[in-house]
Amino acid sequence: MTTAPTWDDLLTTALLGTDRRTLPVDPADLAGREAPAALLDAAAVAAVRRRAGLRPGPAGPRPEPAPAETRPALPPAAAHRLTLLLADRPGGGGGRRGSTPDLTELLPQWLASANTHGYAAPPHMVPALLDAARARTDLRPAALEFAGARALWLARLNPDWRFAQRSASGGTSALPDAEDDEGIRRLWREGLFAERVALLTALRARTPSAARELLAETWAQERAEDRLMFLDSLRAGLTADDEPFLEQSLGDRSRNVRATAAELLSTLPGSALAARMARRAATCVALDHTGSAAAIVVEAPAACDPGMERDGVTARPPAGRGERSWWLGQLVEAAPLDTWPDRLGGRTPEQIVALPVTDDWQGELHAAWCRAAVRQRDARWARALLGAPSAPEAGGPGAVSLADRAKLLAALEADERAAWVAGFIAGHGLSEAFQLLGVCALPWTAPLGRAVVDALDIAREAGSYPWSFSGVMGLAERCLDPAETARLDSLLAVPDEREDASPGAGGYWAEAFQRLATTLRLRAAMVRELTPGGGA
Amino acid sequence: MTQQGVRRTAEQVLDLAPDASSRKAGSKLGVAGPWSGAGSGREGAVWGLCKGSGSKPYQTVVDLSDPAGPAYKCSCPSRKFPCKHALGLLLLWAGDEGAVPESESAPDWAEQWLAGRRGRAEVKKTQAAAGSAADPDAARKRAERRDQRVTAGATELERRLADLLRDGLASAERAGYGLWEETAARMVDAQAPGLAARVRELGTIPASGTGWPARLLEECALLHLLDQGWLHRDRLPDALAATVRTRLGLPTPADGPPVRDHWQVLAQYDTADAKLTTRRIWLHGADSGRTRLLLSFGAAGRAPELSLPVGMSLDAELSDHPGAGQVRATLGERHAPAAPAASRPPGTTTTRALASYGEALREDPWLDSVPVTLDAVIPVPEDTSGSWHLADADAHTALPLTPSFLARPVLWRLVALAGGAPLRVFGECGHRGFTPLTAWAEGTAAPVSLC
Repeated sequence: MTTAPTWDDLLTTALLGTDRRTLPVDPADLAGREAPAALLDAAAVAAVRRRAGLRPGPAGPRPEPAPAETRPALPPAAAHRLTLLLADRPGGGGGRRGSTPDLTELLPQWLASANTHGYAAPPHMVPALLDAARARTDLRPAALEFAGARALWLARLNPDWRFAQRSASGGTSALPDAEDDEGIRRLWREGLFAERVALLTALRARTPSAARELLAETWAQERAEDRLMFLDSLRAGLTADDEPFLEQSLGDRSRNVRATAAELLSTLPGSALAARMARRAATCVALDHTGSAAAIVVEAPAACDPGMERDGVTARPPAGRGERSWWLGQLVEAAPLDTWPDRLGGRTPEQIVALPVTDDWQGELHAAWCRAAVRQRDARWARALLGAPSAPEAGGPGAVSLADRAKLLAALEADERAAWVAGFIAGHGLSEAFQLLGVCALPWTAPLGRAVVDALDIAREAGSYPWSFSGVMGLAERCLDPAETARLDSLLAVPDEREDASPGAGGYWAEAFQRLATTLRLRAAMVRELTPGGGA
Repeated sequence: MTQQGVRRTAEQVLDLAPDASSRKAGSKLGVAGPWSGAGSGREGAVWGLCKGSGSKPYQTVVDLSDPAGPAYKCSCPSRKFPCKHALGLLLLWAGDEGAVPESESAPDWAEQWLAGRRGRAEVKKTQAAAGSAADPDAARKRAERRDQRVTAGATELERRLADLLRDGLASAERAGYGLWEETAARMVDAQAPGLAARVRELGTIPASGTGWPARLLEECALLHLLDQGWLHRDRLPDALAATVRTRLGLPTPADGPPVRDHWQVLAQYDTADAKLTTRRIWLHGADSGRTRLLLSFGAAGRAPELSLPVGMSLDAELSDHPGAGQVRATLGERHAPAAPAASRPPGTTTTRALASYGEALREDPWLDSVPVTLDAVIPVPEDTSGSWHLADADAHTALPLTPSFLARPVLWRLVALAGGAPLRVFGECGHRGFTPLTAWAEGTAAPVSLC
């Protein structure tokens, strides 16, 4: 036998065809076979030989190993729960939700709880966590914290997850050390805008005065938009020390910068600006003793002088508003609230709010006090302006709007806030409560939860459809304390249809309450599974 | 059979789902809310009533006592199998011990079905023991007729291959896919599904990118080898002749002696075409050291019935199918409930893995891959091409991952699990590269499924 043809010989002949190219074998070896068959025979031997002779290739450079994980591993039951939560992707299905819970809504809570316990994510689940975080920016901080160092390690290998490197720990990893004075200055001079904001914010959190001094050095050369953003970073950790810098900024070329400086100064009750505003506001508001009972009389400013403008008062009102009431509102908003008891006969905030106001000025004056209470985070005034939650005007078009009340609530401690909203719901039902519930802390306190469930029950009794309350239902699924689940038991059954009720409403309500109860049980299970030693 | 033995984890239950939407729908029902009257029996049955959109709740019951895998029954109209209610019920049972209490007896509607099922299973067993009552003469004639048709098909295919080589492979690129589809259809008519599948595969090669002529020549040559093997089967050793029959897709029932062992489930995955879902389950015998493949089939839209959770170990008997180098087996009697496997299968190096593929080709030259567990390998990226290798931790050698694996998101599960450190990986190793199916991180017996 002659030497066997090489694989390349066979391949060339096969590509061109045996009609065009002779098979590179001795004709004697054909042994009566046609050329194509002989070629296939030889190729079969060569193919099996090629496969049988395969050897591993050389290994390329290995990736740097991921940093070791020091956090404890997730309990097995919790790991299974996470698999389920991650398997439930939004977007599919749609339509009516029936009585089954929406698992995607529980993922943020699960992540927060896992992070509280300080668990490490199972490494093989990190890709799914990164995918979830990529799809939902609201999940990112918690998902990335949970996924830990391995997520950053993975993100370096897969461009789809580049966001993880950007969002990790606010980019502070790239910031120079506190002692690295030169590094800080270089980054401040040469950095991109986002890096400079990050630097200023980080520095402000560490040493407030250092941040202000850094800003002051280059202040004159900064663009107006940048000055506005930088100035805003002083809001954190604002003290009387910042007053001279802010006072100087009142003379800024940019109107927005001036306004922000004035706003910041007005939150410093001891500042000179606050004192100037207090003097101006006090001249406009006084006690009227002419009638039989005490009342407040308002004399709005007649002009907006350059001093007022320098202190941040905007001279031109928006369309549809009178100049004088516009100026009054700004003066009262920026004046320290402590001004008023002294000015109005030593009365408490409650007594002041209760005073009648002459000539229809009450709305304007109370709204300005609301803004001041929010800005100065003054709980006493916030309480006085909120009034009793059950008061008739709290639910209707009183002097203080619902949006203002939601903001005022934020100035109160969490428990007091929840109690006020619970009282509001008990007195006024749910239709106006959504905005107020949004500012309450998680999970809802027992009285607040009870008020919501009772109000839902009343709405059902009234014969309306549950989807009129789907916003509150959704909030309840996320915010209600799972310990309250038992209270729902009596609401789960489908009631007999009443004649005056909307058709089918009873069934839909039962379904909605079932979903609520199921979701709460699920949340309770989630918490149990994540508690060390508490899992099934 | 005790409850503990058949209870599954949520992940294992989700693996039973026929598709992704069932997984999702099932996991939503895996909570107490929609269920009432749920219970479980000692013999491995779970039942419950699930509230649906109608007034009457669906009656769902699952029988887990069958060694061939769970059986399901639900009064819902879904044609998915198992349906979301069955999945939800199993999830509820897997997740929350209190939600599905153990009970002495099942409600009537569940008991009827369970009793009927178990009765039929008994009948089957006795029939099998009595042997097939069919006419042996008629069976032989049927087999002869079939052999003749396969011979005609193989002869025709040989002619087509010869024509192709006469004109040159370059013409195959121009001829396109239609030519091969038609030939494949003729192989189906010839009752040689194995040939049909290979012919269809040939049609895809010209569009498969760089190096396609070499791949096409290889596959044509091996197909030719298979035709010739069939046409000259009377001159082949029995084992090789049986392998040729298997490769052609002719039935070759398991006839090997039952081998009892502790079979660890290494991997389970499905492939589906328009008509059929094929499930592959890889098992490794702790005592025999053998690795065996179970195949199970389901009509379109239905999951195959046999389902074995990865990471479990079965005390059971397996019978091999005939043929040289054959790894396919059939599951026989199961002696005890499945229990979690305590250890990982032993592993080897990349060099030994390819060598074992080479050795296996001696027995069966048509093998695309062999099952292999690699010990201590690190996934390593190839900077330029986006491909990945598994590199031995202790040597400078590496196996490429197959292109089909690189295209799937599980690649990242493997990379994340490793974190740049050595892993043990079970998979299929062949001329296309290595396809990982299951991995174990260093120092743990818990498997992570990659399929």
